[in-house]
Amino acid sequence: MGIHRGHKARPLEWIAEKFIFLVASSTIGLIFLIFVFVGREAWPVFTGDVNAAGIEDALPVSDLEKRTAVELFAYLRITKGDLEDKLARFGRELTKELKGLSPAELAEKLKIEPEEVRTKLANHCPADIEKAAAKVMKNVPGLKPVDLPAVRGLLALQLKDTMQLLMEIREESFKEKNKDFGQDKDAKLNSAEWRYLVGPYQWTGYSEPEYIWQPVGNIHKYNIVPLFIGSLKTTLIGLLFAVPLALGAAIYVSQLASPRVRELVKPGIELMSGIPSVVIGTFALIVMASFLQGLLGYETRLNSFVAGIALSFAVIPLIFSIAEDALTSVPRSYVQAALALGVSKWKTAWDIVLPAAMPGVFAAVVLGFGRAIGETMIVLMVCSAPVMGFNIFDSARSITTTIAAEMAEAVSGGHHYRILFMLGTLLFAVTFVTNLIGDVVINRLKNRVEGKK
Amino acid sequence: MSTNSATPTGRRFVRTTTDYASGIWSGVTLLATALILVILVIIVGNVAINGFGNLSWRFVSTIPEKDFFDVKSAAVLPMIIGTTIRVLVMTVFVIPIGVITAVYLTEYARSGSVYSRVIRAAINNLAGVPSIVFGLFGVGFFINFFGKNIDVLSGASSPEFGKPTVLWASLTLAVMTLPVVIVATEEALKAIAPGLREASLAMGATKLQTIIKIVVPNALPGILTGAILAISRAAGEVAPILFTGAAYFMADLPTHLSDQFMDLGYHVFVLSTQSPDIEKTRPILYATVLVLLLLTFSLNAFAIIARARMRRAMRAGH
Repeated sequence: MGIHRGHKARPLEWIAEKFIFLVASSTIGLIFLIFVFVGREAWPVFTGDVNAAGIEDALPVSDLEKRTAVELFAYLRITKGDLEDKLARFGRELTKELKGLSPAELAEKLKIEPEEVRTKLANHCPADIEKAAAKVMKNVPGLKPVDLPAVRGLLALQLKDTMQLLMEIREESFKEKNKDFGQDKDAKLNSAEWRYLVGPYQWTGYSEPEYIWQPVGNIHKYNIVPLFIGSLKTTLIGLLFAVPLALGAAIYVSQLASPRVRELVKPGIELMSGIPSVVIGTFALIVMASFLQGLLGYETRLNSFVAGIALSFAVIPLIFSIAEDALTSVPRSYVQAALALGVSKWKTAWDIVLPAAMPGVFAAVVLGFGRAIGETMIVLMVCSAPVMGFNIFDSARSITTTIAAEMAEAVSGGHHYRILFMLGTLLFAVTFVTNLIGDVVINRLKNRVEGKK
Repeated sequence: MSTNSATPTGRRFVRTTTDYASGIWSGVTLLATALILVILVIIVGNVAINGFGNLSWRFVSTIPEKDFFDVKSAAVLPMIIGTTIRVLVMTVFVIPIGVITAVYLTEYARSGSVYSRVIRAAINNLAGVPSIVFGLFGVGFFINFFGKNIDVLSGASSPEFGKPTVLWASLTLAVMTLPVVIVATEEALKAIAPGLREASLAMGATKLQTIIKIVVPNALPGILTGAILAISRAAGEVAPILFTGAAYFMADLPTHLSDQFMDLGYHVFVLSTQSPDIEKTRPILYATVLVLLLLTFSLNAFAIIARARMRRAMRAGH
């Protein structure tokens, strides 16, 4: 690497150049970070640790002392991280409380019986309690080292109270839900398991197994197949419309148009890429949907066909500019040779220039696919009912739309939240693979075309 | 279908068959181009015609009452300010990182080396990540990891950074627009005549001195273009900020990096999908869309013109 050469006498420059190298490498790190931190929130879904059952069995509160701490944590779904968070918070609250007390009150507060706090719970996580207690000891000036057991005890008591409260809430909700829909055969079914996520299931009230995404109500139905079909449907309609138009325009602008026309048209289409997707969405929602309905006379006004056409408006400039670049970068000598042989302009463009620019054109289509499948706001505004089916004049809900529409109402850390992150991870994986394949194929095609020269 | 063919005598070349196919196909491509331009004109024209009548100075310069669906009192000043703030904070983060990365790629990395190819693949990939995934990344990384830990370390009693904020929205956008800045800067750096670098090196300047004093200052217009492109891209994006900072309604303007904000693009979304009476609120919707479009279009047009000039200068060999 050239960086090291001749810099022994200039340590500052050496450091600066190392810094440049590090910052440049951070782009690789970012891809990893996205994978790790989107995947982290979704991880329990992949491992099957998420329970999305409408009713979960409840333990009686009196079991608090009988069960082991591990069982209780699993039952209340408290992870190691949650536990640390909780104890850190208890520590902060305790610090605040103790700081405000006079020495006499402090002594009173710390007078607790050791037996009282020796719960199974406290014995299970001594290290975490110890850590929180040490922090309290450090931050409250009035405390002496002898007070450590008492502080530890106060924290353990706090933990026990919290657990008890959580168990009571759980028991309460169990009673209520069991009364309401305990008879439903699906009430205790964990719909976040993979076979329900991807396979059809005959839910109560349905006459046959179906794929359903319906994350509301008592029983959450999380089948992701309709969402994938929705995404593919809108994306393919968009590409079917966008690819011919954009490629046609790219051929015209790069090969057939006069320079003056090119100077006018190119910035125009580039400007189109500057239209925010919410603006396209608004246009499609208010103007285009009614117009197309009047033209084609289908039933649902907002459907995946309208969404697909609107999507194509977002994708056309992207496909156009990459394809146009590729066509323009074909050596002029090819064109001149063909024209000199008497081949027409169109035939030159179609038979000579286009094959030579194929890698770039392919890249344009692949990247257009990635952009279309990842586009969120347009589809969200135009159609969003999760209808399963291949009819393009039905509504559809794509993966991106689902995430955008439902994230706000999903409880952080809950099953709905985790499944939305899982969808995000899958979407990221799909685009990642598409990009990678595109990259590899483009390189190969490039080599082949260059080899032909 | 032959285009031109020689007469049997071979003495002169005449067009014996008219090449209809070529004509038709050329026409088809011309039609495609025209159709795209027509779509562009219809979208922009529709917004402009319906928007201008409803746009007023009051609309862009006052803070609305609680109900922003009310046609008489609706205004977008807080949204303009919110969008401006998030874009500015983003710029502060994305420009240095983007420029430094581009400098590495053009000045230091050997063009065919494996490492630079990996970095390039990462940048291409970053450009292809769906914007909603950036939103999820913002939640998973900035809010749930960074923010929560900052809160724990600072001992805040209520979440300050462990929730959606301007800062997290801006950083999420910075990650998203990084490829735009890198690509534009690279183009600008490549456009600098090698003679300039060589002259500097020949005078005894080190590589880093050459980069800092000669290469980057000369590439500033190109870097600026990249910044403007990134800003215009970010200003219109809504998906990444949906859960990282945008608020449905806020009575006060954001004063702190840990505040939420109202956003122009998000407001367009709210107006067009959550209005109690879409017919009645249509004037506000069109006016808001027009403001957003004017903002992103003027930025874009500026960048496109600047870039065209730069390319022409490059082709002319300075």
